Formats: sequence, structure tokens, C-alpha cells
Amino acid sequence: MNGMSLLEARRVTKAYGRTTALDAVDLRLGAGEVVAITGASGCGKSTLLMCLSGIGVPDSGEVWFAGARLDDRPESVRARLRRTEIGVLLQHGQLVPELPAAENVALPLLLGGARRAGALRAAGEWLDRFGVGEVAALRPGELSGGQQQRVALARALITSPRLLFADEPTGSLDSVAGEAVLRAMMTAARDLSTAVVLVTHDATVAAYADRELHMRDGAFPGQVVPA
Amino acid sequence: MSTGHVLLGLLSRGPQHGYDLKRAHDSRLPAGKPLAFGQVYATLGRLQRDGLVTETGAGKAGGPERTFYDLTDAGRAALAEWLHTPEPPAPHLGGTMFVKVVVALLAADRQTAVDYLARQREAHMARMRELTRDKESAASLGEVAAADYTIAHLDADLRWMQQTVARVDALAGEIAEDATAADEAGGDETGGDETGEDEIAEDQTTHGEITR
Repeated sequence: MNGMSLLEARRVTKAYGRTTALDAVDLRLGAGEVVAITGASGCGKSTLLMCLSGIGVPDSGEVWFAGARLDDRPESVRARLRRTEIGVLLQHGQLVPELPAAENVALPLLLGGARRAGALRAAGEWLDRFGVGEVAALRPGELSGGQQQRVALARALITSPRLLFADEPTGSLDSVAGEAVLRAMMTAARDLSTAVVLVTHDATVAAYADRELHMRDGAFPGQVVPA
Repeated sequence: MSTGHVLLGLLSRGPQHGYDLKRAHDSRLPAGKPLAFGQVYATLGRLQRDGLVTETGAGKAGGPERTFYDLTDAGRAALAEWLHTPEPPAPHLGGTMFVKVVVALLAADRQTAVDYLARQREAHMARMRELTRDKESAASLGEVAAADYTIAHLDADLRWMQQTVARVDALAGEIAEDATAADEAGGDETGGDETGEDEIAEDQTTHGEITR
């Protein structure tokens, strides 16, 4: 295992029935690096994200995170990692509808056993940072799409994770709102030295990354895995 | 876009004379402007001067005598290099990229076309990353809007590339069919053609007949 890489996929393979979603995918990501995984819908990029983030597990192959094997750990361990060292941002934010924005953001800290007052104070700071401090007391249903994504971004980054997975993070936003969310995400990731795996079908979104891995039919054809 | 490279691509299928080349060009690249005879012979002259094509003598196929041209090794190398090289990413490239894909399928194979599109994608993405970074450091909204304009056009190109990669097998099949049909039709048409020695002079009239 290369000590420099934060995340590594080795020959990761996954099938749904007779359909091969991932065909022996190799990938390596350095600390603080931002990579875009692109490709048409159905190319396997969302399945790859599930395997890399430990939400799903590959049929064969290995996923390594920060020098340790991830894919063969129990779900409880993988879930804890996703609350602490790995942030996940999905297309529709997946905020808890019953909770105000600030509590949504504080959730990873509260689930990790943090004191409520401190967690909510930190949540407020993150909301301010993303320009949505004024919506702290509102529930997700009362927010615009762009505001929801900023709240979800604050929740994904509140633990200062080493790695952020973003799956079509601007997919439900218009281009101006999407650009604002992307810029906020990239600036924060740079400040925290958080590596980002940005999954998108949109080339204008992928252009925010340091490099692009273009998927076709469950693989990166012709791609040389950088050392 | 270079007419010279397109002619090299058409000649990769074997020696042809100017009339054949004009006809093949117009039938296989319907999106482009029909090629004038004057342009065909001027371009062939330039390719010959540069050592990329050579005359292989005159022949008659039941009609007037014509000069046949063939690729040289240097011509083959120049064609391969052109097919290998992505175009500098800029707005309004569509026609050139399409021509390159068609010529790749005609002169080489499916993989050459797919490889070209992959390299073109990389070139486009590298330029889009530059423009995206430029936007972050832009001094004015005008600069941002200018960058956005180019980004939107490159994005349109990228969508087209993705669609074309997905359809490359079908496109290759269609081009192979067209080529066969054109070859079969070629004998009759050449025989019936009354164009004299100086084809350049008859450029316009002949051109009119062929495009109909």
C-alpha cells in the first residue's frame, strides 16, 4: 500500500444479476486531491461511489482508506467512518425533514456523542460559512434547493473529514445556484485539505476537479492509474 | 479543418482520381460543403508537392483518361498523425471533429475513432479546468461571462462526443454500407461522365450535376 494515497480501489468488481456494474476498477486518490468521476448514466459511477464510501461492498477486489482495508470491515465500523472521517453529499441533500437545519448539520457530531450545545454552535458556524446562517431554525421543506444543498454540505464537512464523496451535488440545482454550491464546496475542501471524489455526468461540474476519470461500461478505459 | 487530410483519408482506400475523390467527399461528409473540383486539384497538387501523394499513372475506366493518385508512406504517416491529434479546444469545432471521426472510420477502424474521441475529451476537459480556474480569479463579471460562453460551447462538444462514442459501432456500419454503395455506383457514373481533360474549368457545371 502506497503510504501517500488516501483512498485506493484495487480491481473492484460488482455485478447486479448478470449486469456487470464495475469491472475490475483501479483507482488511487492522494490526500487533499480532487478527482471527478464522470460518465453517462448507467456507466457504473454511482455503484463505484457506493463501494468506495463503504455504503456498499464490492463482489471482489479491495477498497483501502487511510492505509486500512475498508470493504471487509463490518457495517458498524464503516458507518462510524462515514460519521467521522468520510463525508457524503448526495444529489438531494437527504436532510432529515423533521429537524431544523442546524440540527441536521449537528447530526454527525451528536451521533458521535458530542455535547448538544457545542454541536449546535459548530453547526451554526458552518451554516454561516456557507452563507445560510439565517436558515438555522428552518426545516428542510422551508428551504430552496440551493439552501438545502449548502446545509447538506455543512453536515458533510462538520467533522472536517479527510475525504468527501459528492454524488451529483448540483444535479437538482440551476447552473447559477449549482456554481455557488460547487465553489463553496471547493473552497472549504481546500481549507480543510479534504480530498474530494466528485461524481457527475456534467463536464462543467467535473471541471472543478484536479483531474477526471471517465467511466465507460464499468471501467476507466485506457486510463493510466497515476502513481 | 483540412481538406488535404480528408483527401488523404479517402485515398487510404486505394488509388483514386480527382473525380472519385470529389464524389466520395460529398457523399460521405454530407454535413460539409460540397468540394469544388478546383479545390480538389489544387489540394492534390499541394499534397504531391509535399510528398504525401503520388501520381500512379493515368487510366481509363470506359471514360476519359484520368490521373490516379495514391498515398505515399509520408502521406499515410501524416494521416495517422492527424487522426491521433485532438483539435485545440475552441467554440464551433463541431464540423472538424465530425470529419475526423468519419475519416477515422473510413481510413482506419472503430478503435481509432474511439481513441481520437477520448483524446479530444481529455483536451476539452483540460481547457475547461483552466477556464473554471480563470473564473475563480476573474477580476470582473465580464471575464466570468466570457469564460462561461466558452465553457458552454465546450460542454456541447463533450455531449456530442459522448453520444458519438455510444453510437460509434452503428456509425461505422453505416459508413461501411455507404462506401460499398458508392463503390458499386462508381463504375456507371464514371463511364457516363463527359468531363474533359481540364476538369478545373468545368468545376461549376459538374458540381451542379453531382450535388443533385
